Amino acid sequence: MDSKITIRIDGELVKTDRGASIFEAAKANGKHIPGLCNMKGLKPVGACRLCMVEVAGVNRLLPSCTTPAQEGMSVTIRSARLDAYRKQALELLLSERNHVCAVCVSNGHCELQSLATALGVTNVRYGYRYPKLGVDLSHPRYVLDHNRCILCTRCVRVCAEVEGAHVWDIAGRGIHSMLTCEMNRTWGASRNCTSCGKCVQVCPTGALAEKGFAVEEMIKRTASVERLTAVRGGGR
Amino acid sequence: MGKKIVIPHITRIEGHGKVSIHLNDAGEVTSTQFHVTQVRGFEKFVEGRPYYEMPSITARICGICPISHLLASVKACDAIMAVRIPKTAEMLRELLHCAQIVQSHALSFFHLSSPDLLLGMDSDPRKRNIVGILEKHPDLARDGIALRKFGQLAIERMAGERVHPSWTVPGGVNAPLTSDSRDAILSEINIAKSIIRRAIKLFVSIIDRFEAEIESFGNEPTMYAGLVSASGDLRLYDGILRFRDPAAGGTIADVEDPLDYANYIGEGVLPHSYLKAPYFKPRGFPEGNYRVGPLARLNVAERCGTPEADEELAEYRQRLGRDVQSSFFYHYARLIEAMYGVERMEQLLNHPKILDTHVRARADVNALEGAGIAEAPRGVLIHHYKVNESGAMTWANLIIATGHNNLAMNRAVDQVAKRFVKGERIEEGMLNRVQAVVRAFDPCLSCSTHALGQTPLVIELYGPDGEALDRVSTDCD
Ligand code: SF4
Ligand code: SF4
Repeated sequence: MDSKITIRIDGELVKTDRGASIFEAAKANGKHIPGLCNMKGLKPVGACRLCMVEVAGVNRLLPSCTTPAQEGMSVTIRSARLDAYRKQALELLLSERNHVCAVCVSNGHCELQSLATALGVTNVRYGYRYPKLGVDLSHPRYVLDHNRCILCTRCVRVCAEVEGAHVWDIAGRGIHSMLTCEMNRTWGASRNCTSCGKCVQVCPTGALAEKGFAVEEMIKRTASVERLTAVRGGGR
Repeated sequence: MGKKIVIPHITRIEGHGKVSIHLNDAGEVTSTQFHVTQVRGFEKFVEGRPYYEMPSITARICGICPISHLLASVKACDAIMAVRIPKTAEMLRELLHCAQIVQSHALSFFHLSSPDLLLGMDSDPRKRNIVGILEKHPDLARDGIALRKFGQLAIERMAGERVHPSWTVPGGVNAPLTSDSRDAILSEINIAKSIIRRAIKLFVSIIDRFEAEIESFGNEPTMYAGLVSASGDLRLYDGILRFRDPAAGGTIADVEDPLDYANYIGEGVLPHSYLKAPYFKPRGFPEGNYRVGPLARLNVAERCGTPEADEELAEYRQRLGRDVQSSFFYHYARLIEAMYGVERMEQLLNHPKILDTHVRARADVNALEGAGIAEAPRGVLIHHYKVNESGAMTWANLIIATGHNNLAMNRAVDQVAKRFVKGERIEEGMLNRVQAVVRAFDPCLSCSTHALGQTPLVIELYGPDGEALDRVSTDCD
């Protein structure tokens, strides 16, 4: 069987590896689909809903990171409908927690923030929830600020799949979902955390950061974790 | 029938406040109040946040003097980390601070107060602003703009971002100074000095026109507080907090450890204002009334410690005495301090270690409590934090410059109103003097009340039965 398949992206015929997701197929062909939870080397989960695409013949939107590309598929990754949808999804993310960029360690280096800029989110049409959320400062080197977490689960996956420590999980359901450390321990009390810092580096926002970093100082080294996963062959 | 005056907008000050003036049947002022509206909840808001976020959070309280908050805050953080920051970092912070003081003093003198001083307190209010100055005294207006720009550009060269620089961090600063920036700032020092020289000359030449104002602009004995070095030189970034009482013959207290401030400063509450009224504890409230800011700093210091500022200080003292009491002279003191600021910048920039690249100390929480004191352009600024073992904020207290001056400002407004506000008809010039005395203190009401944004002050006039009689509103600029 040919290891390559042909699909159509925004009308253009492209070749891609059999078994690749639509997201990967687009990327391999230099086409960008926005996304916050997907990361090379980690198992895709389709959590952030920003990489949604239109597939001809399917009347609902599909997350491109978890949908495999199939021979002959015709995919639209850019359209007015998708723009509006992605914008809405991002506004909902922003309204859900307390994203006070001006005082955030990740200000200026934040994937959520830059995507908001790229999608032209100039205001949020939904009421902010202003939840009262804590900051876990118990770890000697790192800090978890639930206020900035978008529940992308990159940290959960990198810790379980790459480091093998499985410190993080998501507890609760729906709007009450929260990142949790080992069945509700404080991070400092974790028995499995090796303090490797991978979760911090892959976190797209200021939710996980190194301690002592002042505003705007936290620049994540996502690429080095991606390289590591490529060497180890983790995820796919 | 009596009256009460409310000045709805004290224009040309930063912040949000109101003055009420009560009149008796004869149209004489019986009492006045200076109110400030406060937005509360700041202390609650920071609970649980990492202490090292405080500099950036507090810098956002105030768009007017963010650098002062940054510095008081990073100093409180240094104390929590229990580190001594590298000498170069200390010099760079002071350099940044001086640049901010110069630009802030330029704004206060040239943009906000020179219209009163040069066009006259009774001149046409529509022209009594920087635009009017541009028309009548274009050279002065240009000087003002240039001096402000000097300070702002220096800040930009150091910290990159003018308004809320994140360059200053707990433990030091996050990048060393480049030689290009040093040379660029140095190349403008002489121009800045000559602007200030001209302004001082001008101010001295018009002093005689303001006899009545000098007499009544908060011209009452108070104590003074400000930072000094061990040998009594003026200090803006760091030093000993000294209290001076001329009536008691000089220094009455030296606070060396910032955390000790609470033994000396009590916080009283004025019934008609949300702004706390700090007082010198050993004397009680309200007898412990003291002033801070340029006038107070020059009274507290023995000398400035830089050549030209010291020459000016000598002349200032020769004219006005060792302790200068009238708040009208805040303006004069501000100009001398601006000179000191520029000279100090020059000294620091020429220091052989200023380009050193070791500019940051790193440490964890080593103390559960820390305080930082710096001189904001308007006076002593104190940040005091408590944290838990992991560095989460559990408590915060901020005492800001305008707060220290609250009692003195109240009395000054009272004094001015009693002298200038008379009769049934309220002349604009009378009210402008009430506004002008508040401006002399250069209060920054937005940070004192933790309110965001700026709203001008309101002045209201009330009759003896409490009925509102007049509300004088001028456009804010
Ligand atoms: S993580 Fe920080 S920078 Fe990113 S959007 Fe949230 S608050 Fe803004
Ligand atoms: S902490 Fe960061 S990486 Fe983990 S789920 Fe939240 S946003 Fe994603």
